[in-house]
Amino acid sequence: MILSRNWLNEFVDLHDISDKEFNDEMTLSGSKVETIERPCNEIKNVVVGKILEMVRHENSDHMWVCQIDVGQGKPLQIVTGAQNQKVGDLVVVCLDNSDLPGGKHISAGALRGVESLGMCCSYKELGMTEHDWPLSFEDGLFVLQSDPDIMAMNPQPGDDINKLIGTNDSIVEFEITPNRPDCLSVIGLAREASATFSRPLKLHTPKVKGCGGSIADLVDIEIEDGELCPRYTARMVKNVKIAPSPAWMRERLRNSGVRPINNIVDITNYVMLEYGQPMHAFDFSCVEGGKIIVRTAREGEVIQTLDGNDRKLTPNMLCICDESKPVCVAGVMGGANSEIVGDTAMVLFESANFNGVSVRRTASALGMRTDASSRYEKGLDMMNTIKAVERACELVEELGCGEVVDGVMDVIAKEKAPTVVKLEPEKINRLLGTELPESLMREILLSLGFTLDGDDIYVPSWRGDVEHYSDIAEEVARFYGYNKIPNTLMRGETTRGGFTETQEFERSVGSAVRALGYDEIITYSFISPTYYDKIRMPEDSPLRKSLKILNPLGEDTSIMRTTILPSMLEIITRNYNFRNKSARLYELGKIYLPRPDGLADEPKFLSLGAYGDGIDFFGFKGSIEAMLREVRICDVKFAACTDNASYHPGRCAKIYAGERELGVFGQIHPMVAANYGIDAEIYTAEIAFDALCATRGGVPVYQPLPKFPAVTRDIAVVCEEAVTVGDLEACIRRGAKGLLKNVTLFDIYRGPGIALGKKSVAFSLVLRADDRSLTSEEADEDMKSILALLESELDAHLR
Amino acid sequence: MKQQLEAIRKNALDAILGAEKSEDLETLRVQYLGKKGELTAVLKQMGKLSAEERPVIGQLANEVRSKLEATIEERGHALAEKAMELKMLAETVDVTIPGTQPKIGKKHPMYQVLDEIKDIFIGMGFEILEDREVELAEYNFTKLNVEEGHPAREWSDTFYFTEDSSILLRTQTSPMQIHAMENKQLPIRILAPGRVYRKDEVDATHSPMFHQIEGMAIDKNITMADLKGTLNEVVQQLYGEGTVTRFRPHHFPFTEPSCEMDIQCHKCHGKGCPTCKGEGWIEVLGAGMIHPKVLEGCGIDSTVYSGWAFGMGLERMALGHFKISDLRLIFENDVRFLEQF
Repeated sequence: MILSRNWLNEFVDLHDISDKEFNDEMTLSGSKVETIERPCNEIKNVVVGKILEMVRHENSDHMWVCQIDVGQGKPLQIVTGAQNQKVGDLVVVCLDNSDLPGGKHISAGALRGVESLGMCCSYKELGMTEHDWPLSFEDGLFVLQSDPDIMAMNPQPGDDINKLIGTNDSIVEFEITPNRPDCLSVIGLAREASATFSRPLKLHTPKVKGCGGSIADLVDIEIEDGELCPRYTARMVKNVKIAPSPAWMRERLRNSGVRPINNIVDITNYVMLEYGQPMHAFDFSCVEGGKIIVRTAREGEVIQTLDGNDRKLTPNMLCICDESKPVCVAGVMGGANSEIVGDTAMVLFESANFNGVSVRRTASALGMRTDASSRYEKGLDMMNTIKAVERACELVEELGCGEVVDGVMDVIAKEKAPTVVKLEPEKINRLLGTELPESLMREILLSLGFTLDGDDIYVPSWRGDVEHYSDIAEEVARFYGYNKIPNTLMRGETTRGGFTETQEFERSVGSAVRALGYDEIITYSFISPTYYDKIRMPEDSPLRKSLKILNPLGEDTSIMRTTILPSMLEIITRNYNFRNKSARLYELGKIYLPRPDGLADEPKFLSLGAYGDGIDFFGFKGSIEAMLREVRICDVKFAACTDNASYHPGRCAKIYAGERELGVFGQIHPMVAANYGIDAEIYTAEIAFDALCATRGGVPVYQPLPKFPAVTRDIAVVCEEAVTVGDLEACIRRGAKGLLKNVTLFDIYRGPGIALGKKSVAFSLVLRADDRSLTSEEADEDMKSILALLESELDAHLR
Repeated sequence: MKQQLEAIRKNALDAILGAEKSEDLETLRVQYLGKKGELTAVLKQMGKLSAEERPVIGQLANEVRSKLEATIEERGHALAEKAMELKMLAETVDVTIPGTQPKIGKKHPMYQVLDEIKDIFIGMGFEILEDREVELAEYNFTKLNVEEGHPAREWSDTFYFTEDSSILLRTQTSPMQIHAMENKQLPIRILAPGRVYRKDEVDATHSPMFHQIEGMAIDKNITMADLKGTLNEVVQQLYGEGTVTRFRPHHFPFTEPSCEMDIQCHKCHGKGCPTCKGEGWIEVLGAGMIHPKVLEGCGIDSTVYSGWAFGMGLERMALGHFKISDLRLIFENDVRFLEQF
C-alpha cells in the first residue's frame, strides 16, 4: 500500500510529525513502513519564471534566448530550444545548481556561445507524464497557464515549483499483513495513525444531491451466487462529461502509485484508495437489456479485458454480465466492451463485495493480479460498499462530470452478523504478562472503532480478523506497545532438555568423518527420475518406486530420492567440473521411502564420496574403518559385493557389524562415472544411519595394559588367489591357542618363486600371555597350530 | 724420572688438547694411560727408586694420571658438544616451509550456525525435535489455523503428492509444533529445525528447499513477556551481549498476538545503512503466543496452558553470519566454498 501523507492529513492531522517518527511509530504499532520518499527531494532550486523577452539565438535557427523573471529582481538569461512558449508565459526554470529527478544536475553555461543561466524544462523532466498534466504540452516547456488548477494557486515568479505540482508530499510504502485489508486504504491507515499518535480521526460522510429520477427504473440487478457475491451496490450517473480530473486528484493518485486516466475512472480509483473498496464504472449504454447479473461464467465464454487481452473464462469464475454476455471479471478487471470512453454518457458505478478466495483464484488463473483483486482476495468489509458508492457520486457532483440519478441499488445476498467478543482484562494480562488497567484496554479499543456495551466488545465490520480474546489482546498490546511489555524468563517446572542419544551419536559421526578430512554437503531431497538410470539401478528395484511431486518446479526436482547416491554423485560431478583436483564429501541426509498410507519412511543415510588426491579402494576403506572405530562400531566385517550395478563389481563391499548390514561402499562403476561425465575413480559409501546407531558399542571398559613382553612372529604363506586375506586372517585367529593378540597383514607377493595363480601373503603375529613372559617354545606351539589349520583349511603353506 | 713424568704430562696434555676427534682421544688414552702406555711404563720403573724418592714420585705420577684422565674427559665432552653442534647445523631446516597438514573436514556453514543455535536452546532446557518432511495438509495447514482457501495452500506455492491436496512437502517447520503437542508430555520446550519446501524458483535469495528453525514452549502461565525475555536472551547469545532488539506486531495464522523481532543494525546502530537497507533494523524472526485455537485443536486446555512459538529461516541467518552473497552457494557444495568456514 502506497500512501500520500498529505492525503492522510485530511483524516488525521499529523503535519507536525516527521517522516522518521511516522515511520517508527507506525511500524511499532503494526503498520510496517517499508520506505518513505519525498519527491521534492529530487527537485531542488527549480522555480516559476515569467518570460519577459524572447529573441532568436544568433548562432542557431531554432533556439531562443529568453529573459526570465525568477523573482530575483534582475531577469535571468536562459537559452531554450523549445518552441511552444511566448512572452508572458509562466514556465518552470531550473536555476544554476539545480536538481531534477533521476539525479540530473543543471548548471549555468553557454549554448553556442550565448550565456544561459539555467534551463527551462518540460513536465517530463520533472518526472511526470501526460497522465499527470493532460492539458499541458508534452514535448516542450511546461507552461503553467495551460492548467487552470495550477493557475488557481496564483503562481508567482520565484515560487518553488514543488508547492505547485504535488511533489511536496511524503510517499509512504507500507507492508500490510494479509489479515488487515482494511489498511489497504487511506481511511484504514488514518484510523491506525489516529490510535498510534492519539490524534482525533476526522471522517467524512459523503453527501449526494442527486438529480431526480430513479435508478430502479433504469437497471435491474440479480445475484445468482450469494456465496461468491454477498453484496452488490450500484448507482447511476447520467449526462456524463468525460474530461481529465482536477490537478489535486491527479496528484493524490500519482502519489499513491496510480496513473490518472479521466475523471470517471480516476474517481473509482480515488475511492478505492480512500475507502479500500474497489469500484468499477461501466459504460451503461453497453449493458444490454439494462440488467446486471452476477453469475459464474459459462463454458466457452470469452471476454476482452480492459488491457486488451482476450480471456477465456471457466465456470468457476465469477462475472458481472448483462443479459447476454460478461462485461466484467468480478473483482479483477472490467471488460473492454463496457469501458469508459470519451463519449460515455451513462455510467453505472459498481461497489460490490466478492468472495476473496474466488477472486484470488480467478485472478491467478487469468494471470492478472490487479489493485482491485489484491484487495478483494483478502476479504473485504461488506458494510463499505454503500459508503464508497456514495463518495464516488459525491465526487462526480464535485467535479461536475455528470448528474447522479436518485436511488441506490443495493442487493444483499448474504448477511453477516457482527462479531461480539467478551472483554476479559485478567485473561489479556495473563497472556501478555502485564498488569494493564481495564480502562486503558477500553480506550485502545474505542480509538480503533470498536464499540463497547458493558463487557461486550462489538467488533467493527472492517475488522474481520478479530474474533477471539487473543485478538483483543493483540490490539491492546499493539497500542500499549510491544516493547513496553516486560522481558521475563520462563518460570514453572524445569525441563530436562538436551540432545537425545541418537542426536549425540549423529554429532559424533559427523566429527569422526570430518576428522578424516570429509567436508559436509547439503543436497536437495528431490531428484530427477532419470537419475535411477544414471546410477544403473535395476529396472525391477523396489527403490524405483518413489514419491512423485504432482506439481514439481521441473523434472529435475520431481521425485523424492529413495537413495542418497545420486545426490552425492551430483555434487562430486559439480566439483569435478569446477576442476577441483580432489574432494572428500559427506552428507547425513534422509531418503524417502513411500508407505502405503501415502506418507514416507524417512531414514537417514550417511553418504561419503571422494575422488582425486591418489585415493584408492583401501584409502577409502581405511577412512570408513577409522570412522566406524571412532564411533565404536564393533565386530566390523566386509564382504565382496559383485551385484550392485552402481559399483565396480570387483571393488565394492558390503559393510557389516556382526550380522547386521550397515551399507555398501566401493568404486563407482566406470559406466556410472561416464554417465556423469567423469573420467576418474570415484569412491562412495552409503551407510544406513539407523543400523549404525543400533550397532554402536557402549562405554568402553578399560583393558589392563600388558605387563609381560610379547613375542612377534612373521609368517608368509602361499595359497590360491581365490583365498582372501579375510579368510586367512580368520583362520589364523581360530588356529591360535589363546596367545594371539594381534594379526597384521604386511605384504602380498606374486611373481618369481610363486607359482602362477598363487600368491604369498605375509602377516605379523603378536603373541602374549597376560600372566607371564612367553617362552619361545610356547609361542612355537601356537604357531604350529595356526600353520596346521592354514594348511588343512585353506591349503596355505608356509613359504 | 721426575723429568720423564713432567715430559709425559706436557706432551700428553698438548696431544689431548690438540685432538679433534673422539677416536684420537681414545688412542691417546691408550698411548699414555693404557697397560702398555707411557705413564704405566714409567711407573713400572718405580721399584728402582729409593724409599725417599718413591712417595714423591708416586704422588707426582698419580697427579699426572688424574690430570690426564680429567683432561681427556673434558676434551671428550667438548668434542662431543662440537660434533652435536655440527650435526644440528647440518640438520637446520627452513622453518618457513609449510608444514604437512592433515586435512580436517568442515561442517557445512549453515549447520555450523544451526549447531550454535541448538546449543543455546539446549542450555535453556529445550530438546531438539525432528519430524517427517512428507506431511499431511492437516498438520501443515489445518491444525495450524490456516483455513481452506488460504493462498499458501495453492498448488502454485506448495508441492503436493496427492490430487486431493492432502499430502504435501511441509512448507514450514510449524507442523512439528502440532506433533509435539499431540505426542509430548506438558510442559514442552522444543527446538525443531528442518528442511522445508516451497515452490520458488532458484535464485540468489530463493530455493525450493530451505531450512527453518521452529521453537516452542508450552506451560502453565507462559506469557508474551516470557516470549520476549527468552528470545531476547537467545539473541544476546547469538549476536553478542548488548544487542538491541525490538518487537513489531505482525500476523501469523497460528499465533495471536504475533510479532516479528528485529535487531538493531550492528553496523550503523540504527541510523540506516546498506547492510540494513536503510532501515536501521534487521528482521531476525517471527513469533507469537500460540493461538488458543491451535492448542485446543491438539487437546490442550487453553484456559490452563499457554505457550509461545517462533520460527526463523536458517539460510538467511547463515548468509548474514558469514556474509555470503548468494543462496545458491549453500546448495552448490563447491569444496572451495565449504573449506572457507
